[in-house]
Amino acid sequence: MRLPPSPEERIDRSRTVTFFFEGEPIEAYAGDTIGSALFAAGRRVFSRSFKYHRPRGLLCCSGHCPNCLMQVDGAPSVRVCTAPVREGTRVRSQNVLGSLDRDLLAVVDKVGGPFTPVGFYYRTMIRPRRAWPYYERFLRRVAGLGTIDKHARRSSRFDTEHRRAEVLVIGGGPSGLDAARAAARDGRRVVLVDEGLALDAQLPREDGFETIAPARAIGIYEGGLVPVDAGDVLLRFRAERVVVASGAIEQPLLFPGNDLVGVLLPSAVRRLTRLWSLRPGERAVVITADDRGLAAAEDLRRAGTSVARVVDLRTTQPAQMAARGSHGRVRSVSVDGDSVDCDVLVMSGGSQPAYSLLAQAGARVEYDGTRGIFVPRDLPPHVEAVGSAAGEGARGAAAVPAASYRGTESGGRCFVCICEDVTDKDVKRAIAEGFDSIELAKRYTTVTMGPCQGRLCHLPSIRLYARETRAEEATIGTTTARPPWAPVRLGLLAGRGHEPAKRTSLHHRHKELGAQMMWTGEWRRPHSYGDVAAEVRAVHEGVGVIDVSTLGKLLVSGPDAVSFLERLYPNRFGDLKPGRIRYAVLGTDAGRIMDDGTIGRLSERDFYVTTTSTGAETVLAWFEWWNAVWGYDVSVDNVTGALAALNVAGPRSRALLARLTELDVSPDGFGYLDAREARVAGVPCLLLRIGFVGELGYELHFPSPYAEYLWDTLLERGADAGIRPFGLEPQRILRLEKAHVIVGQDTDSESNALDANMSWLVKFDKDDFVGKWALEHVRERGPRERLVGFEMANGTVPPEGGQIVVDGLPAGRVTSARWSDAVGKAIGLAWVPPALADEDSRIEIRVDGRLEPALVRLRPFFDPDDERLRA
Amino acid sequence: MSFLLSCPNCGPRDVNEFAYAGEVTSRPAERPSVRELATYVHFRRNVAGVQQEWWFHRFGCETWFRAERDTRTNAVLATEAAHAEPDGQAAPAEAAVPDVPAV
Ligand code: FES
Ligand SMILES: [Zn+2]
Repeated sequence: MRLPPSPEERIDRSRTVTFFFEGEPIEAYAGDTIGSALFAAGRRVFSRSFKYHRPRGLLCCSGHCPNCLMQVDGAPSVRVCTAPVREGTRVRSQNVLGSLDRDLLAVVDKVGGPFTPVGFYYRTMIRPRRAWPYYERFLRRVAGLGTIDKHARRSSRFDTEHRRAEVLVIGGGPSGLDAARAAARDGRRVVLVDEGLALDAQLPREDGFETIAPARAIGIYEGGLVPVDAGDVLLRFRAERVVVASGAIEQPLLFPGNDLVGVLLPSAVRRLTRLWSLRPGERAVVITADDRGLAAAEDLRRAGTSVARVVDLRTTQPAQMAARGSHGRVRSVSVDGDSVDCDVLVMSGGSQPAYSLLAQAGARVEYDGTRGIFVPRDLPPHVEAVGSAAGEGARGAAAVPAASYRGTESGGRCFVCICEDVTDKDVKRAIAEGFDSIELAKRYTTVTMGPCQGRLCHLPSIRLYARETRAEEATIGTTTARPPWAPVRLGLLAGRGHEPAKRTSLHHRHKELGAQMMWTGEWRRPHSYGDVAAEVRAVHEGVGVIDVSTLGKLLVSGPDAVSFLERLYPNRFGDLKPGRIRYAVLGTDAGRIMDDGTIGRLSERDFYVTTTSTGAETVLAWFEWWNAVWGYDVSVDNVTGALAALNVAGPRSRALLARLTELDVSPDGFGYLDAREARVAGVPCLLLRIGFVGELGYELHFPSPYAEYLWDTLLERGADAGIRPFGLEPQRILRLEKAHVIVGQDTDSESNALDANMSWLVKFDKDDFVGKWALEHVRERGPRERLVGFEMANGTVPPEGGQIVVDGLPAGRVTSARWSDAVGKAIGLAWVPPALADEDSRIEIRVDGRLEPALVRLRPFFDPDDERLRA
Repeated sequence: MSFLLSCPNCGPRDVNEFAYAGEVTSRPAERPSVRELATYVHFRRNVAGVQQEWWFHRFGCETWFRAERDTRTNAVLATEAAHAEPDGQAAPAEAAVPDVPAV
């Protein structure tokens, strides 16, 4: 039932909103939160505690404590005291078996003592080991907070936004607003973020600075980085100056029964009575260490609650204090043996600056013994604290309450940490067991590790710790504050789910032709167009075309181009004539193979370099880096995206090309490893006569916008020759028949050019090249393993990565293996010990646990003398 | 890591835009012994303090530059474009972008 309307109230009694709690409709007013509406509807128990499943009710009404966590529209652990009501919202309790009012798991509270002692995570349910799966199932059922719907689709679209501010103010209370106004007056670009939980006052929207609310800063990182949780958007702020105005947090008192439903912090009283015109109860007792408690007593009286007793800890120092209840609800309070009936108990242990963000940013936190609070000191540059976050206003207002108060003999549990259900006994026991540093005690008892993240338990636990160890609070120090400062949904951190894909200019043609697309690095490429064997056959017998636009393409030009390339590659290029091409392997100074490709000399000072499809970026950066070191007069341009490339291959490719170009494509006019510039079907092309797939073939490189046109023309004009597009899988078979190596597939980060049988391209007589010294060393020490071909004796295709076995021991590995129709055998490439790297050596390969015999082959399996290739 | 790094071309940018390429090392001038080679290839000083390092503005202008960074605090004291001195040779006189492709 509501109190009579007041001008201060935040509800609009003319507008009702209906939502559902456990399936039952609840009527609320616009301006209510789910918490206030449930309270108005008579609900007092809002949750069950983490370990003992004790009933818990609204405690702070400010979004600080764990007591009002519920599932809201499927999202777990929402603090309903600050979540505005919305029409149709579905709210459910969490962490209960049965219902909030009759939670079957509450049995833990009755018998739990011996079974759930402090540190029980580390001690119980460990033996017998075999039983762990059952324990685990049980623990998963009873532990944790809320549940996640594993089948739910991503309901909201998260995103990240990068923002800048000269001054970022965190917190929109009076001091935050003052700071923002002052900075704005100085002409600074100011942004103020506020959690939007300070429902007491509507945050003014002011000119001069931007206000973002509800939005929560979740940490302060180096470089002035402040990630701000603004719902479905993570604002990644970079600020030159960060002003923290995070305010202070009201602290509880430690006495038996301090977690009973009906025990409130002053803020809860203020909000219930003023914002939502609710009467917290009929009869109240107030125990306070500061003026907030007195103000709460005033609020209660105005709301019609009789205040039976006010205990001001600044004037009286009771030795004994305990709350008693029934069914989890507070019924009476006794102070020094004097018992008073009540259904509301306001406790106020002073207020503690909310310093966590500052501590994360690097501030030191110091205990102020006279005020009994921790205050931030030595703030890092560009970070400042204002208002009560800096400890202002707490002076003289708080008497330091006792660390904890004795109950009567029958007194109930006294909670230090209500999130994790840690009692004063647990802390004492941890100390008795020798956890004598606060960091260790924290991990052992898990105090401060729950949903409130120490907001309500950090200060009391340290006070208790100090008393029990007879130490000064100041010497105990604090536990380390780490981001995030408030719960963050993982989806927000993950950001937008995107998987960037690179597509060639022929992507749509491939799809139209029914290609199965596959990933190669970031590229989407056709695996095949449905019939791998037929595609292979087309290349061997007629003509095929494959989209190789993914090849990295670099133009290296300048007077020093030859010297530059000769120093980067083990190959020689000085003797390469314009119009000729050379296969080249790029290595590192460790002698390892990094990438490969072809290098065509276009003129004295211009070279066209291709790289592997996934290597373009790395190779470009590699070139640029070495040139930053050497300073050659050379420029490197990446034309990978600008140019498309097609490989037209097969015995009939020449005839097809002859129809489309004026260029002399005769074997004498355009020989193997020649490069030519010409128009093909009118399109300006660079033609490279190379043969990765082992048949007569031409790579055409040309501006991407012509790709579909040229592709269509080739397919049209080659139709009578039986032209077929072919995909990556047929290409892999074709190149394997020629024992052509794929860098990254047949080589790894340990392979060097000598062991990979590429010694013919390594020119040791050059003064210098990257990797020379390492390769010289390899040459001197001799090979450790060799890359060879093999054919299976019985046609089984071994798995890639399969083991080569010698005398029962692994001695090498298969890097590629396929069935080849053209060879009529299962063939492959493998690394083997040098002693076995001879033609006809017998090796054994493990296939499904069996050893299958194979023969080593050092020459290509197909067309070993390259007659077809050079035709 | 969330500090800002100042690209000599682009100014201060989020560190995530850059690729880190390690300490500045010096490549032996002469043929090194195996030990010297291994030291050059694999060993880094890994100082707790100020070091010279290579950075690449990967999602920006694609420039390599050197930075002086305190590894303890991530404070970047200086950044400087790499100036290799090509034996008195001038910079390229013209851009090498062809007007027809690949020529
Ligand atoms: S009552 Fe909602 S967080 Fe404390
Ligand atoms: Zn840049």
